[in-house]
Amino acid sequence: MFGLKTSKISLFSDTKKLEKDIDEFVNILSEVGLAFKSIVRTYLTHSKNGNFDEMVEKVTEMESKADTITKEIEHALYEETLIPDARSDVLRLLEHLDELIGMYQGNCYHFSIQKPDFPEEFHEDLIGLTETVVSCVESLCLTVRSFFRDTKSVRDNAHKVTYFEKESDIKFSSLARRIFNSDLNLDQKMHLRYFVEKIDRICDQAEDIADELIIYSIKRSV
Amino acid sequence: MELTILLFLLGGLFLGWSLGANDAANVFGTAVGTRMVNFRTAAIICSIFVILGAVISGAGTTETLGKLGAINALPGAFACCVAAGFSVYLMTKSGLPVSTTQAIVGAIIGWNIFTGSSIDFGVLTTIFATWIICPILAGLISIGIYIGLKKFIAASNIHLLRLDAYTRAALLLAGAFGAYSLGANNIANVMGVFVNISPFTDINVSNFFIITSVQQLFLIGGLAIAVGVFTYSKKVMFTVGNDLLKLSPLSAFVIVLSHSIVLFLFASQGISSFLTSLNLPAIPLVPVSSSQAIVGGVIGIGFLKGGKEVKWSVAGKISVGWVVLPIITMIIAMFILYILTYMFNLNVVF
Repeated sequence: MFGLKTSKISLFSDTKKLEKDIDEFVNILSEVGLAFKSIVRTYLTHSKNGNFDEMVEKVTEMESKADTITKEIEHALYEETLIPDARSDVLRLLEHLDELIGMYQGNCYHFSIQKPDFPEEFHEDLIGLTETVVSCVESLCLTVRSFFRDTKSVRDNAHKVTYFEKESDIKFSSLARRIFNSDLNLDQKMHLRYFVEKIDRICDQAEDIADELIIYSIKRSV
Repeated sequence: MELTILLFLLGGLFLGWSLGANDAANVFGTAVGTRMVNFRTAAIICSIFVILGAVISGAGTTETLGKLGAINALPGAFACCVAAGFSVYLMTKSGLPVSTTQAIVGAIIGWNIFTGSSIDFGVLTTIFATWIICPILAGLISIGIYIGLKKFIAASNIHLLRLDAYTRAALLLAGAFGAYSLGANNIANVMGVFVNISPFTDINVSNFFIITSVQQLFLIGGLAIAVGVFTYSKKVMFTVGNDLLKLSPLSAFVIVLSHSIVLFLFASQGISSFLTSLNLPAIPLVPVSSSQAIVGGVIGIGFLKGGKEVKWSVAGKISVGWVVLPIITMIIAMFILYILTYMFNLNVVF
């Protein structure tokens, strides 16, 4: 009897810790996005400044922390056999969100290693694209939080993700067109296009996750 | 206690074991089937509360069953229990959630026919009527609770993980309530036929309280049910929890709760007296079928979701089992009574 009582108390405390972990994971995703926005801006304006490398390093730390949290959540969900009907959905969701953090980190590294030379005429457009991408992921964070607490709002928040993804596509096409219409060498054009495309892909991934969340929330409401 | 009496009582204990393996599996079937509660925890809670329900509140339904056929000889009671236990065991082996209630009623009718005793058709009609009312009532209660709970959850914005923890705790509580109700309602099936011929005497514990001979009977019956739960109920739990309809943990809780409410309603002398005091028709204290209550609850939820997900072939198979079981048990009981009377020269009636 006492064993059962203890396991019940442990179940409730484990649940609270897991809730906290999931919230923290989503916070990291949001913060990595904001950091990425600053990194792109810093790179374009003060690329010789040491601050840029520090910021990239910070993103790496956040990515590693997110990995640790994902593993902890994964173990807890399996060991405690929690949410048996939604477990696979939640784990897949966390995996895909982790990939999103990885995409941010990858972009930072590519800026740091390849040091693309963006002429000043494209700075404003690139910053605009980055801001849209970050807004898209911010909306995704809201969608994720509503999936856990308020499934009715999932669709509304997911709609915002779709909106920003379309915005991002428009900005990507416009910037890519401007790059290829410019007088730059083809190798530089290709190099810049690679970066613009990689940033835009973050939005595609965010939209895919938002679509998944709509399905998961329908499953939960049935 | 004489060895022969103990031997005859073994028939009842065998039936108790069958009840534990099949009926008791219904109580936690949806919880274990949805993997919200592990089998060991379910078995421990189920056993404790079945015994408590049997000893504390088991008298009401026993009286009704006694009216159907007052079996007054141990060999007769033995035959009925073995027949019911054997037929329930056969059904359990084939994975069909049946009920010892239907089996024991079939066996008592077999005894009545064999011994030429009169059948109280009034009581029989009441019992048959509850077999129809019970699943319908369980279905309606589960629909009502499910709709209410869904609205509450939607309004309260509970975190998915916290909802999971609450559902788990609620499943354990509802399961304990269900096990208590099952013990109270169904102990009559296991030990009811031995009440008139109980081999025990009242035990006075330090002039503090008395354990009656009937309570002692119900206690060993409850223990037999607990053994059935531990040794053979796992398979049926998964059948109930998965085969008929893919259940969510929340549906599992609603079904266990509605099942428990129905069983409690048909076992509670308190509620029955309360309704009578208000000049309302009393709820008959009849041993109803836990399988019917559970299946009624599952189908109720299935209907609420449009009915498409219910595996009607499985539901049909279960329903056929409910009709066939009392008839088969009646035939087996008459066969055993024949053997005891004409081959062993035992009196199956006084």
